Amino acid sequence: MSWVGKPLERIEDETLLRGRGRFIDDLNPVPGAYHAAVVRSPYAAAHLTSIDASAALASPGVLAVVTGQQVAELTKPFHAVIDTPVAFRAAAVEEVRYAGEPVAVVVARDRYLAEDAAEMVAVEYEPAAPVLTPLDAVAAGAIVSDRSFVYGDPLGKLEEADLVVTESFTFPRWTGTPVEGFGVIADWSAADDALTVWTNFQGPFTLYMAAAAALGLPRSKLRLITPPDSGGSFGIKAAVYTYVVLMGAVSRHLGVPVRWIEDRLEHLAASAASTERVTEVTAGFTNDGKLISLGYDVVEDVGAYLRAPEPATLYRMHGSLSGAYTVQDVSARNRVVLTNRCPTGLNRGFGGPQLYFALEGTMAIAAARLGIDPVDLAHRNLVAAGEFPYTTPTGAIYDSGDYAVCLDDALATVGYAEHRRRQAAARADGRLVGIGIACVVEPSVSNMGYISLAETAQERSGGLPKSGNTEGATISMSPGGGVVVQISTTPQGQGHRTVVSQVVADQLGLEPGDIEVVSVLDTHVNAWSIASGNYSSRFSAMGVAAVQQAAEELTAAIKQIAAHELECAVLDVELRDGKAAVVGQQDAAVSLRRIAGKAHWNPEALPDGVAPGLRFTSFVSAPGLEPAASDDTIASSAVHGFVADVAVVEVDRETGAVTVLDYATTHDAGTLLNPRLVEGQVRGGFAHGAGVALMERLAYDEDGNLITASFMDYLCMTASEVPPLRSSHIETPSPFTALGAKGLGEGNTMSAPVTIANAVRDALGIERLELPLTPSRVWELIEPLS
Amino acid sequence: MIEVSVTVNGRAYEEAVAPRLLLSDFLRHTLGLTGTHVGCEHGVCGSCTVIVDDRSVRSCLMLAAQVDGAEVRTVEGLADGDELHPLQAAFRRNHALQCGFCTPGILMASVDFLERSDSPGRRQIAEMLSGHLCRCTGYEPIVESIHAVALQEGQSP
Ligand code: FES
Ligand code: FES
Repeated sequence: MSWVGKPLERIEDETLLRGRGRFIDDLNPVPGAYHAAVVRSPYAAAHLTSIDASAALASPGVLAVVTGQQVAELTKPFHAVIDTPVAFRAAAVEEVRYAGEPVAVVVARDRYLAEDAAEMVAVEYEPAAPVLTPLDAVAAGAIVSDRSFVYGDPLGKLEEADLVVTESFTFPRWTGTPVEGFGVIADWSAADDALTVWTNFQGPFTLYMAAAAALGLPRSKLRLITPPDSGGSFGIKAAVYTYVVLMGAVSRHLGVPVRWIEDRLEHLAASAASTERVTEVTAGFTNDGKLISLGYDVVEDVGAYLRAPEPATLYRMHGSLSGAYTVQDVSARNRVVLTNRCPTGLNRGFGGPQLYFALEGTMAIAAARLGIDPVDLAHRNLVAAGEFPYTTPTGAIYDSGDYAVCLDDALATVGYAEHRRRQAAARADGRLVGIGIACVVEPSVSNMGYISLAETAQERSGGLPKSGNTEGATISMSPGGGVVVQISTTPQGQGHRTVVSQVVADQLGLEPGDIEVVSVLDTHVNAWSIASGNYSSRFSAMGVAAVQQAAEELTAAIKQIAAHELECAVLDVELRDGKAAVVGQQDAAVSLRRIAGKAHWNPEALPDGVAPGLRFTSFVSAPGLEPAASDDTIASSAVHGFVADVAVVEVDRETGAVTVLDYATTHDAGTLLNPRLVEGQVRGGFAHGAGVALMERLAYDEDGNLITASFMDYLCMTASEVPPLRSSHIETPSPFTALGAKGLGEGNTMSAPVTIANAVRDALGIERLELPLTPSRVWELIEPLS
Repeated sequence: MIEVSVTVNGRAYEEAVAPRLLLSDFLRHTLGLTGTHVGCEHGVCGSCTVIVDDRSVRSCLMLAAQVDGAEVRTVEGLADGDELHPLQAAFRRNHALQCGFCTPGILMASVDFLERSDSPGRRQIAEMLSGHLCRCTGYEPIVESIHAVALQEGQSP
């Protein structure tokens, strides 16, 4: 019986549907915790001259007001891969650098009282002029990293090109903004100089290390525990680690447990966002449509501070700068700048939407200029099925795929030829109908060493090389034969527990319902490593691989015990229907329950080489993720899926409104572990991508105040706006992962913004577009045309 | 403090509450019914939706004091013992939830919606849902689930 690959319903659902989920604000792990409210800067840039907390302290129920200065006395600035001139602390001390930056924390008996008092904290500022856009930051000299990369001879190739496209692409700040915000419950214990924190953190656990370092704690003295459920994240909740430090310091300073539950206004203003990226592309094509030279000049706005893991957004895709294409000669200049806006961080797609908005936008522009159908242009450049594993010029190893087949599948799904015919007819009627495509390589399982590309090879050579992507899992069988699996992939809704139950059920010859999967991560209990967590779509490759290996070890032990008992060879034992049985023999079998009983109750009777207890922990690392090489190549991810999208849009001449008439996506994510969950990831990722294409953006006024500061103004896609989607799959299993699976949760967030933009380009015959394509923006574009 | 007597999911409660205590906080923290979630506290995300006297309301926009004498239904009261409510069952079948944070509010709004609409189509369902934010699912499976239950109800008188 194979459970893997079946579209099973989720074991998570019953609890959640009954309102019995346990999210961070539902937990009361320590008695008597005080409630914290954060006092935040109303200015994007200012000198902080004084804080007067006397009125707040006199307010009912207030225990204390802890200032940034007091927090600083108990903490150190955060570190990132590159040093910057501004110290980044959990709360500001003298200088504030974005509106919403914490300056003090009020601690009171309940949240209402804490919020009342927070308004009474009198803070004086001397405002300064903020820097608010990437290009203004360049002009102001706020560049914290400037690296250039050349692979092959892109300049030489440019001279051979028949067509050179130079175009600028700006990808906006936006946020996946989960419906549940951040939460931290911090409990300092003076008795053992240790901090325990419950928080809806999502990894990577490199950031746990960063939090411990900022708290000045030996790692064993920071215990971090995640709640059983987390209300979405999409990368954003990685940034909660700075609040672990803030609340940890407050709890330590006051000697009481403290809980802080972020509200929506705080979340939008001050949690995290995608980077805003300005990319100048210079691309050379031959007349027959071969892309022969590709150059990027990137300015990346990471906000007020370079908060780890930034500048990871910029380097996550480094191995894939050539996208799905065979171009060999590639260059990039990467400048990272600081602005007076909220620090950026993980956000679904993480660098992919920005990269492909530029690359696939360039392909669409080139197709139009060359008079070649964009589909043909793609076909002339795609990496061919026979070329896998394919090494890109920048160092990625694309494991498997059939890009051409995948693209053709999307075209067939949408009915491309028919849509082109209809488009011609619509145009003849004066309607603005356009078709766009995009081909996107979706990397998953990040190399923990890619961020070090922000340093030169020489700078890197001084430090500890970083590589790989490690994950751990533990499986145990109780004296009664119950199977419990502990994972360290901190799911926030993706259904990891269901998939793990499928994988383990297959291994042990049980049913998924027999397997208990615990997704709570406790750093003092679980098997975790720095790469643990839920990001870079790593679960189906790494989370599953760790579980698979641990389950194999358990299986081996069970078989040894069974063989001993059944007096047969270990190789002749198979696990089926809750029993260990001799292959091909009906009656020679022993129940797993009996085997478990033996391992726990009667260790004297165990065969040689089998330890009592039946508990196994395994760690695995992804293959092929070497540290960055001295020539600046990097296998930035272990696994690479592929997504081909086609969008058909119509633009309303009167209003500028963009309507997506049809949209098809075809994925190749290798082996699909649970097609039902796959569909969920595809639809969710698509809604995010379509959101930033059409409506989502973090907008700031000229003083640096967030204009889209509530859900009234930050327009998330709703049910009546999300475009129709048709999705299908091809499967070329990854040779690099345990079950051939690849990540797939981010692909459509990478592809949808540019696919929709390309369709609008096609509809309007305009090359330069800015996202999101709101009616007013589009109207401004078409107004001069009519 | 204000005395509030209220029936929640069929159980009577008598509580003294602060005049400004939000209904959402009352349900979650006073009564321990944490199935009702809070995603914005400004009436947009819909995750705090509960039913008060047969009307769905946003419990973050109401005070606990306002439900004195009222009958409140929350997600915890939706299933009938072991049996999930048809909407809950449809959500599970259609994978209409991922993190499940938005789900209780959407379920309660849908219960109210189905109680007061006559064989609604997908478009009406999507319109009702536009008062609810779900960042995980892309909505389609939620629309599908509600539609399936609406069709079921249309068939059985
Ligand atoms: S919490 Fe009430 S509508 Fe969002
Ligand atoms: S299921 Fe996560 S927000 Fe809807």
